[in-house]
Amino acid sequence: MFAYYMDLALRSLKRNPVLTALMVLAIGLGIGASMTMITVLHVMTNDPLPERSTHLYTPHLDPLPLDYSHGGSGIDPSDNLTWPDAMSLLRAHRGVHQAAMAGGTLLALPVQSGLQALYAAGRYTTADFFALFGVPFEYGAGWSAADDTAGARVVVLSDELARKLFGRADVVGRTARLGELDYRVVGVVTRWDPAPQFYADSTGSQFSDIDTFFLPLSVAVNEDLPVSGNESGWGDDEKTGSSKRGAAMSWLQFWVQLDTPAQVADYRQYLINYSAQQKALGRFQRPPTNATLFGLMDWLAHQNLVPNDVHLQLWLALGFLFVCMVNIVALLLAKFLRRSGEISVRRALGARRRDIFVQLGVESALIGVAGGTLGLAIAQLGLWSVRHRPGDYARIAQMDPSMLAGTFVLAVLASVLAGLLPAWRACRVAPALQLKAS
Amino acid sequence: MQIRPILAALRRHRLATLLIAMEVALACAVLCNACFLVVQRWKLIQIHSGVDESALAVLTVNGFDPSQAADVNARMLTGLRSIPGMQSVTVINQVPFGPQAGAAGVSHDPGSFKNTIGVVDFVLGGPGTYEALGLKLVEGRLPQADDYRPATNFAPPDAQVLVSRALADHAWPGESPLGKDFWCDKLHFRVMGVVDHLARAHPHDWGTQATEWTVFTPTLPGGSLAGTYLLRANPHDLPRVLHEARDAVAKIAPHVVLDQENSQTIGDLRADYFKSDRIMIDLLIGVIVTMLGVTALGIVGLASFWVQQRRRQIGIRRAIGATRTDILRYFQTENFLIVTGGIVLGMALAYALNLLLMQHYELPRLPVYYLPIGALVLWGLGQLAVLGPALRAAAVPPVVATRSV
Repeated sequence: MFAYYMDLALRSLKRNPVLTALMVLAIGLGIGASMTMITVLHVMTNDPLPERSTHLYTPHLDPLPLDYSHGGSGIDPSDNLTWPDAMSLLRAHRGVHQAAMAGGTLLALPVQSGLQALYAAGRYTTADFFALFGVPFEYGAGWSAADDTAGARVVVLSDELARKLFGRADVVGRTARLGELDYRVVGVVTRWDPAPQFYADSTGSQFSDIDTFFLPLSVAVNEDLPVSGNESGWGDDEKTGSSKRGAAMSWLQFWVQLDTPAQVADYRQYLINYSAQQKALGRFQRPPTNATLFGLMDWLAHQNLVPNDVHLQLWLALGFLFVCMVNIVALLLAKFLRRSGEISVRRALGARRRDIFVQLGVESALIGVAGGTLGLAIAQLGLWSVRHRPGDYARIAQMDPSMLAGTFVLAVLASVLAGLLPAWRACRVAPALQLKAS
Repeated sequence: MQIRPILAALRRHRLATLLIAMEVALACAVLCNACFLVVQRWKLIQIHSGVDESALAVLTVNGFDPSQAADVNARMLTGLRSIPGMQSVTVINQVPFGPQAGAAGVSHDPGSFKNTIGVVDFVLGGPGTYEALGLKLVEGRLPQADDYRPATNFAPPDAQVLVSRALADHAWPGESPLGKDFWCDKLHFRVMGVVDHLARAHPHDWGTQATEWTVFTPTLPGGSLAGTYLLRANPHDLPRVLHEARDAVAKIAPHVVLDQENSQTIGDLRADYFKSDRIMIDLLIGVIVTMLGVTALGIVGLASFWVQQRRRQIGIRRAIGATRTDILRYFQTENFLIVTGGIVLGMALAYALNLLLMQHYELPRLPVYYLPIGALVLWGLGQLAVLGPALRAAAVPPVVATRSV
């Protein structure tokens, strides 16, 4: 029966190619525009580390004075930690793994002669970083906690930077010059770029930045290396100055791995206790319960990485799809009612209303499949244009298999939905009246 | 033309009538709001930077130690000034649409977070920068040679400055800003003059009120004020001059690194800065056009269906005396009535959509005059779309009435 309905539908669609083309075009445009924007939103709210994200948390304290307001600048200094707080959390060692970190950009000098110096973006962090995030090593390994304490000048390079500087990746034991200092290479990591770069400072370009080197945070503090993220100071910091060790400047990010709900609850309590202790010492002024622990995905939601424009464009696209669907309802209604005579003959010959309904439904679905194919092509074109847009999320705008399948499901669903009303209306024509009239 | 028979006929096609009216309503709602968004964005990208954009370019170098700043400045200034066609080279910290260098919160009182004015952009410029920018003084005096002082932290600790008119109106409404004092923590500033316009580096990021909250601070080059140079040349010489300047950096100061991205004409920087807004405008216009097209197609589709369905009735009307014009008018009036219904619904929808957008996107209220314009466009579109089917209907010969099908 299905094959017969397919045949009928194809014949009917071929009989009026212009109308068919219009409907396919309308649904293709609507689906294409919607899927482009849904895909962009999908990749932007992606889980950057699917295997580990449920166990990763970032603690937040509120060390700001009571009368501090960050005005309209939109950057909340308490998003980051101060050096003393980060070091206390690190030493307390309450999680399975934990690391403090900050971003930095240094001038790197290639060892190969004849090459220009280049700016390399990387991260100052502590020894546990690699175990915490599961960074894959190609050669060598990370540094030890003892290296952190000693402020050892060691560095882990990305495969890409190692090749740029040395012309090859197997460079463990060699010396790399970054900024004004020499570092011993202890490890080389394979390409590792979680997008968004959830662990970086929120002021950076989290969708386009990739870390190309990692070196101990203690070195960055000892040598006062430049930090690329937001460094917010507050209050009267005459004593500490605006130095990195100051208790009144936040600039560090902190992540911790907690495997069980009990560990999470303990850590939360620990943060509140720590804040209460700091308040008792007179350093913190705000309520200790301001201290919070964000899960990875909660943190990304809190940061609100999706620009307003993208939301607006998504709504525009969905609105457009809706207009297209209303239009298809109207066109299908006209098309089905025009065939009242044919439907009446089939009804008179014994077809039930349900049969007519299914037959017309198959015809709508067929338009949906054609529209979906066109929509897919339009969406690829749309994503191609998104990749040529400014904005750091452009790079990652790609369709994955689930989105490809989603396009077809959406297209067929939309067209079948659009076909429901006209099909219902058409299968209710009175056969006797129609046959008499013609 | 009698309307009652048309309404009676429409009552027999309630579903189709409703569909077209709904399509028109949706189109009206989206059309009004999308046009409004386009106009808003357009106003945004038309912002007045206050500087001679067509004659200015910026060149940025880095990778040198702060201790070398004076040497780099001296080399760059002499080296770049020798390029033929160059009118002036001066040291500056930021230009409109370039990277932001000095934004800081300022207040009416020293060293406190109370009584704040807001976050302003400090534009630091060495001697000659004011003249090169082409700013327009509206009140007060120009910076003199002894107004240029060295910056200790990020700005001179005690400076005579020029503020933009927008900032003056915000900080001292209704008063003369001349001679007024303000502080950035412990740094003190006194207003010596007011310039007509001067945009901040990223005018978008600070809300529509604060796009020009800028303070021009005369500063002696050196220390933190080094590495960014304002080039001025004849507008049609500028691309060549900038190109030669970029090439010359390697010879003038071999140890510094040219920042390619931030060494461009102000015009190019502006185009880059507003690129995503331009894309948004194009996108919105695209949506408007395709949606009107789709709506028109829907009207054509249903009108053709009706004409075909009513061939006999049209034939009978022609046979008993109706002229071709009567038939044409009938379909045109019918379309006008349906579209009018859609527009009424659409205006309510447009306002609802605007309220929704206002909640989420800091958008002002939709001005009322958008609604009649939207209505006119949709009436026109409806008439245009129905013309083809209506003409076909008018061409139906009276003899159809005598045939059975």
